[in-house]
Amino acid sequence: MSHHSITLNVNGEEVTGEVESRMLLVHFIRENLDLTGTHIGCDTTSCGACTVLLNGRAIKSCTLFAVQANDKSIETIESVANGGLHPLQEGFWEKHGLQCGFCTPGMIMSAKQLLADNPNPTEEEIRWGISGNLCRCTGYTKIVEAIEYAADKISNPTSEEVSS
Amino acid sequence: MTQLEDRFEHHSPTPEGSSAQVETTDKVRITTPENICGMGHRMKRKEDPRFIQGKGNYVDDVKLPGMLYMDIVRSPYAHAKIISIDDSEALAMEGVVAVIKGQDLEAAGNLHWMPTLMSDTQMVLPIDKVIYYAQEVCVVIATDRYIAADAIEKIHVEYEPLPAVVDPREALKDEVIVREDKEKPTNHIWHWEAGDKEATDKVFAEASHVVKVQIYLPRLHVSSIETCGMVANYNKVTEHMQMYMTSQAPHAHRTVFSMVSGLPEHKVQIISPDIGGGFGGKVPIYPGYVCCAVASLVTGKPVKWIEDRSENLQADSFARDYHIEAEMAADDNGKITGLRVNTISDCGAADAAANPSKFPAGLYSICTGSYDMKAAHVVVDGVYTTKPPGGVAYRCSFRVTEAVHMIERLTDIMAAEVGEDPADFRLKNFIRPDQFPYKSPTGWEYDSGNYEAALKKAMEMIDYRALREEQAAKRERGELMGIGISSFTEVVGAGPSKDYDILGIKMFDSAEIRIHPTGKAIARFGTKSQGQGHETTYAQIIAEELGLPAADIQIEEGDTDTAPYGLGTYASRSTPTAGAAGAMAARKIKAKARKIAAHLLEVGEEDLEWNVDKWQVKGSPDQAKTIQEIAFAAYTNHPQGMEAGLEATDYYDPPNLTFPFGSYICVVDIDTGTGEVHVRRFVAVDDCGNIINPMIVEGQIEGGLTMGLAPALFEEIVYDENGQNLTGTFADYLLPTAVESPKWELGKTITPSPHHPLGAKGVGESPTVGAPPAIANAVVDALSHLGVKHIDIPITPDKVWKLLRDNGVTD
Amino acid sequence: MIPGSFEYHSPTSLEEAVALLGQHGDEAKILSGGQSLIPAMRFRLAQPGILIDINGLPNLEYIREKGKHLLIGGLTRESAIEGSPLVQERYPLLADTARVIADPLVRNMATVGGNLVHADPANDHPAAMLAYGAEIMVHGTNGARAIAIDEFFIGLFETALAADEILTEIRIPTPSTGSGGAYLKIERKVGDYAISAVAVQLQMDGDTVSSARIGLTNVSPTPMRAVEAEQSIIGSVGSADALEAAGKAAAAACDPSADLRGSVEYKRDLTRVVTKRAIAKAIDRAKGGQT
Repeated sequence: MSHHSITLNVNGEEVTGEVESRMLLVHFIRENLDLTGTHIGCDTTSCGACTVLLNGRAIKSCTLFAVQANDKSIETIESVANGGLHPLQEGFWEKHGLQCGFCTPGMIMSAKQLLADNPNPTEEEIRWGISGNLCRCTGYTKIVEAIEYAADKISNPTSEEVSS
Repeated sequence: MTQLEDRFEHHSPTPEGSSAQVETTDKVRITTPENICGMGHRMKRKEDPRFIQGKGNYVDDVKLPGMLYMDIVRSPYAHAKIISIDDSEALAMEGVVAVIKGQDLEAAGNLHWMPTLMSDTQMVLPIDKVIYYAQEVCVVIATDRYIAADAIEKIHVEYEPLPAVVDPREALKDEVIVREDKEKPTNHIWHWEAGDKEATDKVFAEASHVVKVQIYLPRLHVSSIETCGMVANYNKVTEHMQMYMTSQAPHAHRTVFSMVSGLPEHKVQIISPDIGGGFGGKVPIYPGYVCCAVASLVTGKPVKWIEDRSENLQADSFARDYHIEAEMAADDNGKITGLRVNTISDCGAADAAANPSKFPAGLYSICTGSYDMKAAHVVVDGVYTTKPPGGVAYRCSFRVTEAVHMIERLTDIMAAEVGEDPADFRLKNFIRPDQFPYKSPTGWEYDSGNYEAALKKAMEMIDYRALREEQAAKRERGELMGIGISSFTEVVGAGPSKDYDILGIKMFDSAEIRIHPTGKAIARFGTKSQGQGHETTYAQIIAEELGLPAADIQIEEGDTDTAPYGLGTYASRSTPTAGAAGAMAARKIKAKARKIAAHLLEVGEEDLEWNVDKWQVKGSPDQAKTIQEIAFAAYTNHPQGMEAGLEATDYYDPPNLTFPFGSYICVVDIDTGTGEVHVRRFVAVDDCGNIINPMIVEGQIEGGLTMGLAPALFEEIVYDENGQNLTGTFADYLLPTAVESPKWELGKTITPSPHHPLGAKGVGESPTVGAPPAIANAVVDALSHLGVKHIDIPITPDKVWKLLRDNGVTD
Repeated sequence: MIPGSFEYHSPTSLEEAVALLGQHGDEAKILSGGQSLIPAMRFRLAQPGILIDINGLPNLEYIREKGKHLLIGGLTRESAIEGSPLVQERYPLLADTARVIADPLVRNMATVGGNLVHADPANDHPAAMLAYGAEIMVHGTNGARAIAIDEFFIGLFETALAADEILTEIRIPTPSTGSGGAYLKIERKVGDYAISAVAVQLQMDGDTVSSARIGLTNVSPTPMRAVEAEQSIIGSVGSADALEAAGKAAAAACDPSADLRGSVEYKRDLTRVVTKRAIAKAIDRAKGGQT
C-alpha cells in the first residue's frame, strides 16, 4: 500500500486527498492544499518553519507523513486570524517580532500551543518554548516581547496595550 | 609565497571633502506628526500583515501551470576526475523529462562556465573534474519533486578521486592545482595591498611595544531560514524569460543573465519576491539558478528549483575563512602608532566573492578601526582550495567583520601589554571628535564619529567600574568572569561610482516616486528587502520629505520590469544609497510642487516656504497648499507650459561611504568544570546617524547581535582532510536558539552623516561586525590572569576547557 | 530531501502490528514518533521497504503508578512525561531527562519507547533508564516478555528486541523515601545531543548513600552504566573526595570518540565533572532539596 486516501480536518474544514505513503505532511499542506504559509527551512527537523498544530499540539510537519494525519485535525497559520488578528499576530506586529517573515508562521504556531499550556509564561519559559524554532533575523528578543504581549492580551482582553 | 602580483591597489577609497564634524545627541529627530509618520516614528511595519497571516509570497510559493521540478546530483568528492556519467536509468523513469550535464551546457553556448562577480570564472556543471564537495554534477528535470529526488539516485557517476587541498597555506605550495583551466598552474589568485609599507615598517622599528596575534576567522554560512531557489518560466513564443529568484540584487542579476545567456535584456525579467533572509547569501549567482533557467529554456516549461538546507550549507557561498597575522605598535605612552597585517583569504574553488570589483579583499583595509595611528600596511593574498567558492558577507559590509575582529583583539592585547584597562586604553587611542574629517592611514575618509561618547555611554549603562570590582573579588574566589569591549567602526553604503562597481556596473542606487491625483503614491526602488522593512522605512523617508502619510505610500522592489535599475540590498547600502535616492526624488517632486503651489496661490515661488506637508506663503501660513492639493492640481490644473503629473526618479551616487560605529560591552561567566561560556549581559551602544524608524533599527541591531553571537560561540563550517563538509546540516552547523541568545541591552548615540541627505548611515550589519570581538575579548579577559592572550572563535566549551586545564584550573 | 518509497501499514491492534512485523522481518521498520527515523529516511540513510505505523495502537500512551512501579506506555510522548505532575513530583531524574530531549516540538511527537529502541547512545532515556534499573516490556508473536534494562542495549543501534517484537511499556521502580535522582546534560545548544550527560539515581540511608545507579549518555558506543562510579559513591556521605572518586571512575570507564563536540580527553573530563555534579544534585534531592 504505497498510495492512500486520507481525510482530515484542516483549519476547520474536512479535506480529502490521495497521497503517496512517503509524502511529507508539509508538502501535502503546501502543494495539495495550497496553504503556503507553512514553510520549509531545513531537512533535519531543526528549524521549525513548518510548525503546525496536530490535534492541538505543535509539531514539525516535515517530520510526519501526510498519511499519518488521516482522521486528525491540523491547524496552520492561515487559520489563526479569526474575525480579526489573533493576539499573537498583533503582538508580532506591535513588537516587531518578525523581519523576513519566513520563520514567523512556525513561531506563531509554537507560541499558540505554548500559551494554551501556560497562559502566563515567564521570559525563560517563552525562550524554552520556542527553542524548536530558529529565527535568523530578529535575535529573538522582540519575539519574546511579542509573545508576552499576546499573553497579557489574552489574560486581560479588555485592557489597552500593556507596556513590556 | 609566490611572487604573482595580479592585483596591486593603492586605492583612495573615499573622496575628500565628504566628512565633517557634527554634533552628537541621543535624541531621535522627529519633525512630522504621527499621522504622517516621517522619520523618527516607531511605525508598525507595512509589510507585516501578510507575513503574520501566512500570506507572504516566497519563491517556493510560486506555482505555475505545467511546472517541472529540478534536483541536483552533487559530488561526494572534493576533488575528482569525472570518468563517466550514466543517466540512462534515470531517463527511463516515468516522469523524468531531461538530464542536463556539463556537455549539454557547453553545446548550448559554453554555458558550463559562468563569470563570478569578481571577474573570475566558476563551473556551472563540470565536464572533466569536480573541485569541491557537493559541487553540482548534473541536474534532473521531472514532473514532480519526489520523482526528481528519486531520479538523482539513479544517475551513476564514476569518479577518480584526486587529492584535496583544504588549507590555503598548503594550497600555496601548489602541489595540488585546483584550477587546471587557468593559464598559470598556481593556486595563488591575487595579491593586494593597502597603506604605506615603508612608513609602517619605520613606525614598528621605532615602537616601544609591539604585539602580534594570529587569528583564524573560520568559514561561516549565512543560513537564512529560506534557502535559495528559482522558478524559471521561459515562453518560447514570446521569447520572454521570467525568473522568480531569491535575489538580493535582481537588476545586476538580470544583466549578468542576459550577457551570459545571450538573451536580450528586455526579454529577461527577474522577480525577487518576498525573501526569507539574505545576509549576503543571495548576492551570488549559483550554478543551480543557471541550470534551472537552462532547463526552462530547453523544455519551454516553468521549472522550479528549491535548495535543500543541506545543499545550501554545503555548496552555497561561505563567509570569512581568513587567516590573519597582525601586529600592532605603540609608543612608550601607550599610544597606538601602527598596524601591520598579512592575511590569506581562502576563496575556495573560485573567487566568487561579492565584493566591489576593485576590492578583492573587500573593505578590509578599514582595519585601523576607531583608533588614530600614524601608519598601517595591509597585505592580503587570495588562494584557491578544493572547497566551495565564495565568499559573501554574512551580514557585513565586504570583510569589515574580519577587519574589526582583528583590530579589536589586537587592541585588547596591546592594552594588556602596556598594563592599561582596555576601556581606558581605547579612550586614550580613539580618533577624537575634533579630528573629523579623519583620513585613515589606509586612505579612508571617515565621515563623522564620536567614539568616546559611545564607549562612555556603554560603560555607564553596564556600570563598568563596578564590574571590574566584581571580577576582582570573584577571581579571589577562583570564579571566572570576563568583561569584553569592542569599539568598532563600520564602513557601509557602497558606494561612490569613482571606485565602486560590480562587474563594471557602478554602485549607485535608485528610486522612482509617482504621486497619484488623489494624493496617494507608489514608489519603486532598485534595492530588495529581505526582511529589513524597506516597505516601511522608504515610505517614512518619503513621508518626511513630502508630508504624505507613510500609510498612503506603496513601496515596491524586486521586479526588474518595473523597478528602476539598482545594485540591490547588501552591505548595509539600502538606506545610504536607495534611501538617499528616495529623499532626492522626493525633493525633485517638492520643487515641482512649489511651482504648482505658486501657480495655485498666485504668488512667486520665492514667497513660499515648506511646512511639514504644505507650501505656505511666508508670513501668511493660512495661505497654503497641501501636498495632496498640489498632487490633484498636477493632474487637473497644472500651470500651462509645465508637464502634467507629479513624479520623479533619482539615481543617487553617494559622495562617500558612511561610517556607523558603536561600543559594545559583554560580560561572560565561565564554568571552570565544563568550559561553558555564559553571556550574562551584553550592552550595545550603536550610532548609525539619524534614525528613520527606531523600532526597525532596534530589530536590526538585536538580530545582528545574535548573528555576532553565533560565530563567536557556535558556528563554523568544518572540513575533514578530504574536503568533506562535516557541518552540512543544522544538526551540526549550530544556529543559536532563543535560549542561547541573551536579552540584548541597547543604547544609542546619534552622530549624523554629514553627506547623506537624511544624515543616516545604515545599521543592519554593525552588530554582526562589533559583537564577536566583544565576546572573544570577554572570554580572554576572564582567562587573562592565566596568561591567555588569544582564543579563536567559535569559542566552544572544549577549547575553553583545554585552556583551563593547561593552566591548572579544574573543578 | 525526500524519502524513498515504502509501503505503509497502520495496524489498529498490537497483535496485528506484531503479525506484520513477523511477516515482513527486517524489511519492516516500526514508525513511532518518527523524529529520528523520518529525518534518516529523508536523507535516505534509512530506506525501509515497509513502515508499520504504531501510532494508532490503542492503550499505549499512559503514565501511571501501579504497585511499586511507574508504568509508561511505549507510545507515551516526551511532552507528556515532561508535563506529568506525577513524574515531576516523584521521578525527578525522568523529569530532568524529558525536558532536555531535542526541542518542545519534537517532544510532542517523539516517544519514550522510540528513544530507547533506537538504542542510540546519544539519546537521553537509555542512561536514565539504566540509572532507574527499569524493565522493558515487549510484545512479539510469541507473546510478552520483560527485559531488564541492563540486558536491553547490546550494541550501537542494537537492542535485545527480537525482529518481531514491539516495546510496549517501561517499568520504573518507584523510588522510596530518601532517594534522589538527577539528569545533567551538557549540550552545545538546545536540541543537540549531549557532549556528555549523566543520570544518577540513588538511595540515602541517613547521611550515607546506600545504593546508586549511574548511566552515561553519548560517551560510549553502547548506552552504559558507570558501575565503578556507583561503587565508589555507595557507602559514602557524598563528600568532595567521594564525588571526585566517582567522577574519576566514570571518566575512566567511559569510551567516548572525538567529534565536533570535543576531544576524547574533553569528553572524559567532562564526564568526571558532570558525574560529580549529578551525584551531588541527586543527594541534595534525596535530602529534600528542591532544585
